[in-house]
Amino acid sequence: MTRTPADSPASAYDMGHADEAEALATFAVLVDNEPGVLHRVVGLFAARGYNIESLTVAETDRGSGASRITIVTRGTAQVLAQIEAQLQKMVSTRHVHNVTTDPNGAERELALVKVNGAGADRAESLRLAEIFRTRVIDTTRTGFIFEITGAPGKIDKFIGLMRPLGLAEVSRTGVLSIERGVEAS
Amino acid sequence: MTAHTQIKASQPAATAAEIMTGAEMVVRALVDQGVTDLFGYPGGAVLPIYDALFHEPRLRHVLVRHEQGATHAAEGYARSTGKCGVVLVTSGPGATNAVTGIVDALMDSIPLVVITGQVPTHLIGTDAFQECDTVGITRSCTKHNYLVKNIADLPRVMHEAFAIATSGRPGPVVIDIPKDVQFASGAYVGPAQARPLHNYQPRTEGEPAAIAQAAALIVGARRPLFYTGGGVINAGPAASASLRELAALTGAPVTSTLMGLGAFPAGDPAWLGLVGMHGTFEANNAMHDCDVMIAVGARFDDRVTGRLDAFSPGSKKIHIDIDPSSINKIVRADVGIIGDAGKVLTALIAACKRHRQGPDAKRLAPWREQIEAWRARDCLRYRPSTEVIKPQYAVERLYALTKDRDTYITTEVGQHQMWAAQFYQFQEPHRWMTSGGLGTMGYGLPAAVGVQIAHPKSLVIDIAGDASVQMTMQEMSTAIQYDLPIKIFILNNEWMGMVRQWQQLLHGERYSHSYSASMPDFVKMAEAFGAVGLRAHTPGELDAKIEEMIDTPLPVIFDCRVEREENCFPMIPSGKAHNDMLLGEDARDIGSVIDAGGRGLV
Repeated sequence: MTRTPADSPASAYDMGHADEAEALATFAVLVDNEPGVLHRVVGLFAARGYNIESLTVAETDRGSGASRITIVTRGTAQVLAQIEAQLQKMVSTRHVHNVTTDPNGAERELALVKVNGAGADRAESLRLAEIFRTRVIDTTRTGFIFEITGAPGKIDKFIGLMRPLGLAEVSRTGVLSIERGVEAS
Repeated sequence: MTAHTQIKASQPAATAAEIMTGAEMVVRALVDQGVTDLFGYPGGAVLPIYDALFHEPRLRHVLVRHEQGATHAAEGYARSTGKCGVVLVTSGPGATNAVTGIVDALMDSIPLVVITGQVPTHLIGTDAFQECDTVGITRSCTKHNYLVKNIADLPRVMHEAFAIATSGRPGPVVIDIPKDVQFASGAYVGPAQARPLHNYQPRTEGEPAAIAQAAALIVGARRPLFYTGGGVINAGPAASASLRELAALTGAPVTSTLMGLGAFPAGDPAWLGLVGMHGTFEANNAMHDCDVMIAVGARFDDRVTGRLDAFSPGSKKIHIDIDPSSINKIVRADVGIIGDAGKVLTALIAACKRHRQGPDAKRLAPWREQIEAWRARDCLRYRPSTEVIKPQYAVERLYALTKDRDTYITTEVGQHQMWAAQFYQFQEPHRWMTSGGLGTMGYGLPAAVGVQIAHPKSLVIDIAGDASVQMTMQEMSTAIQYDLPIKIFILNNEWMGMVRQWQQLLHGERYSHSYSASMPDFVKMAEAFGAVGLRAHTPGELDAKIEEMIDTPLPVIFDCRVEREENCFPMIPSGKAHNDMLLGEDARDIGSVIDAGGRGLV
């Protein structure tokens, strides 16, 4: 019998289960910009029981008739592959890109972080904010609002540092993504 | 149609832009798409389209009695012809009544274009009379849908809808057209000139590397098995021919899902019968023990796989499907091939022939012996009776008396559907219309109406259950109106048979609301509609009554009184593996067989 690369496990069920851990993934979905298209995407996630961690959507540029939807979701490798295939299957979809698995994928998020504190905590929050290259967009006698951009992990880290210093409220945009290099998706 | 129906729409297509109303565009686009028949029901929000239909002799409109009937009739029409089914209904309740059939078409991959009227654009969102959010309601149950707010978009949408419904994995497309758009005037664009908005181009050619890999697996297999589905039917008669050729070339046996029956002839010695929950002993054991499974246009539905972690544990799985999301959805494929079933099968034939080893059917002799040993269990055997008609016997006789005719079979959903699938032998594709994915009771009668519209000279039989058939019985009136001599062959056991069976097996014989305590007199019902009613009580009178049914030129309702408590076997209980089947003789103490986990499954 001819041996093929797929021969090694006797069955699909003998395959290792190491890839069954859940992971986060960011999908960039380029869709035709038409009424109801966001509902199609969101409805697909709801109907098939997929989780949406964050979602951003906007028209890409006037005239192209396209919107870019960036969705952060969570699932096993099989579920993520299924999400990608289901998104790709929609008639309104032009292109689906898994940014997470792409070494050229860039992800950025913007957050507004309100921190209330006095004395040493207040000074410390400002000092950390400078390290994270945030902008101060509002200053009161008892606190700041910082504007921070970066990869989601960086923002998580900043929020974690602010928590003991009087973190009051966080507003995040959700993830935006693009691929590095000259090519357009 | 009457003589005064001659207007400009019937003139040949001109290249110069023609100005017409939206309603006229709808009708014209249907003609240009090759539509000859549509199923519908008028109402306030589609009156302009009905007005345009009045003047169009090239379209035959079939007036149904409920919009669900229109969608099922269009499904039967589509499934038996390979063409796109067309439905025309009004806004609000017209659209919502059509939803069941739309979901049914989505689940079974049936191409439909459903045109719904909508309140005028300026009233959308005001809770106007007969307004509903049709595109919102149908967004998750269509392949695609449109709300056409601008007359300029209408011709493009009409043509694009047909392209989307019929290409790739087929499915239903809804076009919601507000009444003011139907009245508005604009320039019509024909199918050749229409520029689609969406770049929808599903892949139909299989990847050569994957096909070579699959061919190597097939040629090297010692226990190969074809597991085929509705995708082979959808890919057209050439795909069925290729399947037969490849099966003969490789010597591999063939089993099929409910939707795939007829793609491979039931008379062929390589045919194993239906697979899955009520599939045959030989088909399910072959699924479990095969070393190479070739899944073609099938989607590993839970009714097929049974317990997933025990599903065909020793096999390499080749999965051919036109829908990339089907591959690796339920069962991981070792080789996934995205493409049209017919094209991929043809490529596989060539690849198998090219393979240096070459297919060798002789090497499969031990596998065939094993299969014959399973077949010898005669798993469909039932206890015959001379006093009462066994439902299995009724289907067997129906097959025996209709097999030499040009016959199409539809079914409702339940025990009778499974008996039809087990005992009626399908030799050709497009002859079997059933609701597989959604399992819609009430599908069969209107589907028979649609099939008979497409095949006026053929014998069209709905193998029905007494409960299912009452869900869409009013379509008998449609059959009378259009002289459609459909035969409704009811296996009447006075129960919702499959519900009763599950209650017996899984719920301690507590028959909660599954007995029809007031059964209508189906013979009188037939007469009330203007059809012919027949009834058979005993096996002795069955053949003559079936002959009488066949020879009757009118629609017939046949009340076939069958054994009331017969169960449908074999059966893989929920949560069990393929090699853990219940056969008829085990049927006594089943309650203990199914554990709590199995009871929780559907």
